[in-house]
Amino acid sequence: MATLATRAVVSSARVVREQKRGDVAFEWRVLLPLVSLVIVLGEHTFLPAYQDYAVKRLAYFTNLLYILIGVFSVLALVSAFKERLREKLVFKADIYAAGFLLLGLYDVITLKFNVVPSLYFPAPERIIGVFAEDWLFLLQCLAYSMRLLLGGFFLGTFLGVLTGTLIGWSQRINYWVMPFIRMVGPIPSTAWIPIALVVFLKPTSASLFLIALGVWFPTTVLTSSGIMNVRKSYFEVASTLGASTLRSIFTVALPAAAPSIFAGIFNGTSACFLTLMAAEMIGCKFGIGWYINWQREVLAYANVYACLIVIAVTFSFLIGMQFNIRNKILSWQKGTIRW
Amino acid sequence: MVGVIDVLKVRKVFLQSDGSEFTVLNDVELRFDSGEFVSLIGPSGCGKSTLLRIIAGLEHADSGTISLDGEPITTPGSERGLVFQDPTLFPWMTIQENIAYGLRARGIYDQEKDSIPDFFHLVGLEGFESAYPHHLSGGMAQRAAIARVLVNRPKVLLLDEPLGALDAFTRMNMQDEILKIWQQQKMTTILVTHDVDEAIYMANKVIVMSARPAKIEKIIDVGIPRPRRRDSTEFLRLRADILGTLHFAGGAQESELFERGLGV
Repeated sequence: MATLATRAVVSSARVVREQKRGDVAFEWRVLLPLVSLVIVLGEHTFLPAYQDYAVKRLAYFTNLLYILIGVFSVLALVSAFKERLREKLVFKADIYAAGFLLLGLYDVITLKFNVVPSLYFPAPERIIGVFAEDWLFLLQCLAYSMRLLLGGFFLGTFLGVLTGTLIGWSQRINYWVMPFIRMVGPIPSTAWIPIALVVFLKPTSASLFLIALGVWFPTTVLTSSGIMNVRKSYFEVASTLGASTLRSIFTVALPAAAPSIFAGIFNGTSACFLTLMAAEMIGCKFGIGWYINWQREVLAYANVYACLIVIAVTFSFLIGMQFNIRNKILSWQKGTIRW
Repeated sequence: MVGVIDVLKVRKVFLQSDGSEFTVLNDVELRFDSGEFVSLIGPSGCGKSTLLRIIAGLEHADSGTISLDGEPITTPGSERGLVFQDPTLFPWMTIQENIAYGLRARGIYDQEKDSIPDFFHLVGLEGFESAYPHHLSGGMAQRAAIARVLVNRPKVLLLDEPLGALDAFTRMNMQDEILKIWQQQKMTTILVTHDVDEAIYMANKVIVMSARPAKIEKIIDVGIPRPRRRDSTEFLRLRADILGTLHFAGGAQESELFERGLGV
């Protein structure tokens, strides 16, 4: 039986290697994004701008299009030799192409025909211009916000897993702590702002506390329910094999509850993005949330959009990273539970 | 002598949902000798699994004592290895990590880790060290569960219907595997089973328990030399005897036929 399985493993490894080596082939579909980029470039270059559209012609958008055309040309070329890249690019070609066309359409209705109020819906030119001119300040704001966000996130996650484990494990702690959590937990952390600003002297510590609180609650609840739902027989096995209570918690309860713990952390992550924005718009004097609010007040909507893009990219990167870590830790689940 | 279990006047009462009491073990007296293979058989609710769980230390008797080599049993311990009907492997650990769990739990992993390959060999799972439990078939998972218990070198092996969930052919193979392991390691082994054939095939001694009232009906010594044939006259006679004791009509008839010397 053992040799059979080994053989199966070896043969499947061989198949993978053969796929990786691949043959040289070209898929015309990888050119789709390029086609649509060229269309947008043509539109931007040859279609005249609306007569009194207030924008400095610094060719930011044109340069971006050139850069994108360069990137996608290289990708298309490399994809002829790399099968995995080719498959991925073919799969994504339609959405990329559609996205670029949409960008061109936005350029048409703003810069070219001025269909929407230009104050609130600035042309791509102006939004990209913000990145080109204000990138350092945006980066500083982002770094400042990240410090708060990550600090609050890790603090809240750690305390959440700790509280959840204690509640899930000990009936006595559950009795005393659970009613408190039931009452206090559901209060949105932004509702604590007035109190947090009084209790904590610095607005940054208040924000840190609020963000940590927002992550702490869902993590606590899902950790404790995860641990309470672990099959009793796992603990029986651990104890008959000689494991102490503490060892059972770390080697049985937490790993078995990990899927539920990660669900809690994920809920907490969305909550902490929200709290960060709210906290910065009210208390703090720096950061991306504060930046948006400030730019809105001076009617610099191009900066608002630029900042929204920064937020979108950063947060989706953070979520993606979290999913990767989770998938790595929960790899034992593959084949049993699908996400 | 190691692995001697004494059960003295053990009584266990469960509270039923309607508030009434239900006696599962009524002043049970038993002795399991060193290196003995004993089967516990009886209908559901006769307390055989409860007795095994008390020996494992997972439940407590309401009165009476159970001791291992003279030491009273109060908590679970690695010298009494328990295998459940469900393999209950930890799904987040590889087979290697599952089997090494007992060594790590007892803090002797570094000294003893060289013995782990022997146990993979013993249960025929070489090549599956880095597999996860969901990769294994039911029989293989149960072998891994047995190996996980054996690395602790228990004095007593407690088997709670370990083969109940397996198909008939895998089950017969596994019976031989377990016997092979028992003959090599010579630990006291207690097997709880529903299967009369399995009880006779495996054990030196079959303890027949009854449900209402909960008591030990009969202790039968199985003197058939090993390897045993499931169709030998002696085997079938014991089978009829046990079924008769459990008040199965067919068993009683078979038993009568044997007594008249007619055979089957």
